[in-house]
Amino acid sequence: MSWDSHYALLALPVLARGLWITIVATVLSFALAAVLGLLIVLAEMIPSRTVRTLVRGSEHFIRGTPLLVQLFFLYYVLPYLDVTLPALGCGIFGLGVHYAAYLSQVYRAGIAGVPPLQWEAARACNLTRTQTWVHIVLPQALKPSFPVMGNYLIALLKETPILSSITIMDMMGEANTFGDLHYRYLEPVTLVGILFLSIGLLARWVTGTVYRLLSNPV
Amino acid sequence: MTATLIDLAVSMGRGLAITAWLTMGGCALALACAFLFGLGRVSERRAVRAISIGYIELFRGTSVFVQIFWLYYALPAFGILLSPMVSGIVALGLNVGAYGAEIVRSAVGAVGRDQAEASTALNLTRWQSLRYIILPQAVPRMIPVFGNNAVELLKATAIVSLISLSDITFQAQQFRIRTGQTIMPFIVTLLLYFMLYLLILHGVRRAERAYALPSGNRPS
Repeated sequence: MSWDSHYALLALPVLARGLWITIVATVLSFALAAVLGLLIVLAEMIPSRTVRTLVRGSEHFIRGTPLLVQLFFLYYVLPYLDVTLPALGCGIFGLGVHYAAYLSQVYRAGIAGVPPLQWEAARACNLTRTQTWVHIVLPQALKPSFPVMGNYLIALLKETPILSSITIMDMMGEANTFGDLHYRYLEPVTLVGILFLSIGLLARWVTGTVYRLLSNPV
Repeated sequence: MTATLIDLAVSMGRGLAITAWLTMGGCALALACAFLFGLGRVSERRAVRAISIGYIELFRGTSVFVQIFWLYYALPAFGILLSPMVSGIVALGLNVGAYGAEIVRSAVGAVGRDQAEASTALNLTRWQSLRYIILPQAVPRMIPVFGNNAVELLKATAIVSLISLSDITFQAQQFRIRTGQTIMPFIVTLLLYFMLYLLILHGVRRAERAYALPSGNRPS
């Protein structure tokens, strides 16, 4: 048995349908992760030991347990608590929360990289706390974070096939179903691999270009 | 109730053993690949460099999920049948090894050029210089990052439950189907993984101490 191009061509339109879901899930969950990650870092600034321990602890827990199990938990357990989300909503929420725990580390490193003089200068200029954060600290903290965030965007993209395990028909879900139908997995699964490789390279090129444009504006 | 609890404990114990084997096997393979291709990446020979780059880009560029499924479902088309355990270890090891290779490359690159030049001046062979001069300075830098990769590998083992390997996640799913209980198996599963995660962190911290350079000799 070897590669069958005709069969591969049959699989392509099916995979294209899944590709759409993959992209939607990637973009939405990354947006959620970016916002939530920042909220985590800001929550840690609250001068309360309990809050800090709680936030740090849950961050560790999220990073220390597999995304697949977290998704199963959301998908199978939430309905018992009378929360019913559609599968795609569950998936986007799970991916978003998981990556928020990673992105918060990136933000934290960025904030730590802002020289202490900037804080002192902001105080000398009589800026309020909010003004200092919004106008002085965050702009300087976020810029060096962008390339690392780009890496996480690509990592997240590559985790989306896990969504197929909670019945979401992303690229991998479509490939598996198509394979089940014809009992032939070589072509669809290989094509999914090639598609991921190409989207990943494309995403890397886009994030690289965006970062270059941001660091030296024309 | 007691019967259910015993059932849960027994199946989770079985799953834990499988997950532990997968993690250890995957880590061993990943470590070997990391050094093999990480050093190959900075080899003087063009062919070795090209092969290493190809391996690294291929396995970092595609998803580990796709790789596991490919080994298990697509490879039989070429007449190669791997058991789920072997597919799992090979896919996880090769995937994490590709990330590890980049760590080895950057850690070796971070050791100053003067060290390599000094070894040449002392008439050390390339192997001697690598073994006694470069690696002892490079390895301490690798350990914390390798630790993160080991955690990623542990978490990725959950995916093999989807190719019918009865690890912790698979056992939790089976238990859910068997008993209709949902909350308990998944909470136990999450806690077990978290325990393994803490275990890896602990091991990495010990390794960091064991391989730390004597103070005063630390690479700047």
